[in-house]
This record gives sequence, C-alpha cells and structure tokens, in this order.
Amino acid sequence: MARSVKKGPYVVDSLLRKIEVLNRSGDKRVLKTWARRCTILPEFVGHTLAVHNGNKFIPIYVTENMVGHKLGEFVPTRVFRGHGQHVAEKTAAPGK
Amino acid sequence: MARIAGVDLPADKRIEIALTYIYGIGRPTARRILTNTGVNPNVRVKQLSEEDTAKLRILIEREHKVEGALRGEMAMNIKRLMDIGAYRGLRHRRSLPVRGQRTKTNARTRKGPKKTAGVMKRPTAARPALKK
Repeated sequence: MARSVKKGPYVVDSLLRKIEVLNRSGDKRVLKTWARRCTILPEFVGHTLAVHNGNKFIPIYVTENMVGHKLGEFVPTRVFRGHGQHVAEKTAAPGK
Repeated sequence: MARIAGVDLPADKRIEIALTYIYGIGRPTARRILTNTGVNPNVRVKQLSEEDTAKLRILIEREHKVEGALRGEMAMNIKRLMDIGAYRGLRHRRSLPVRGQRTKTNARTRKGPKKTAGVMKRPTAARPALKK
C-alpha cells in the first residue's frame, strides 16, 4: 500500500541535515549512510552518497530521475552468481 | 464501420463493449466516455450516427491516452527505471518478477515457459573442488 500523503515522504533527518549543510557550503563530499529506507528528495540531487549494502558502502550519484525513490533501491544487497557449474563443484566437494 | 484512435470497432457489438477494443479503454472508461458524451451505450456500432462517432472520437482524443501513446508511456516508465539503476529496473532487465514475488517456484508469466536446467556434472577428478 502506498504511504499516506499526509505524512509526507519518509526522510532520515540526520542525513537531510548533513546534506543541507553541504548545500549551504556548496562543497561536494561523499556521505556514508546506512539509511537505505530514506526517500531521495530534490535536495539530494547532485550529491554522491555511499549507501551501505550490508557489507560495504556503494557510492551512488543522485540524479534528478531518482527523486522519489529510496536510497536502497540503487544498491542491491544480494549477489547472484548463477546456478549450474557452481552447484556441481559443491556436490563434488565432500568427496575430496 | 467506425474507426476511432486507429482501431476498427466491431460493427455488431454494443458501443459500450466495442470501445474496449481500443487499447487503454476498459469497461469503466468506456462507460464514463459514453455518459460524458451522452451516447446511448446500448446502440450497436453499425447503427451509430456520424455525429455520435465524431463526439466519441473527439473526447477520446482529448482526454484519454490510448494505443501507441499509452504503450510508449509505459515503455518509457520502464526504461526510466532501468536507466537510473533502480532495483525494479534490474528486475525488468532480467525479466523476473518486479514486485517481490517468489521465484523459487511460479513466476512463469515473467520467466516464460519452463527451461529445465540439468545439473552440469563435471568429472570429479578432472576438477579439484575449491571449497572445503
């Protein structure tokens, strides 16, 4: 279900404050963040945010098109390395 | 033969039904169009008067996105998701379910007909196991 409009977008305050400081001083710095659930606001555009994927921080350059999405949508948390050969190796392992 | 939005409407059907042959118009939209133009929904397409056809055509052109334009819009929406590198875009690229459904079983609509992936067995001796 979509979020109620009354509440406005969900934004992590601490992150927004840091970005506003950057906007005021005009410098671009990579901000590390764990706030994957934070909605991207127009203020974020042009910044690079290093978003945690559960393992490390992946830098994401925020563009205009990304506004309204969540930070986590751009940083996948899983790596799919494929089936098949990989499986065969695993089944062969106990024999060795 | 009435032709609206580049689609030939079936002559023998009621106009309420015939309008749904246009991509982007379903039953509710068809009903709304007919009440807004004041055309009787029960009249058959072949009996439809010229001015009624014109009225429908104008209203649909003005207020509804149908056929090619609608398909284009949908394609653009998907393309946008793919271009910004969003998770939903990645799912579209791989033609897997986009909205978090399971893929262990089912998901056949997105994945297409079953492809049996047999276990690729290698001679055990030829390839030393990497782990353990």
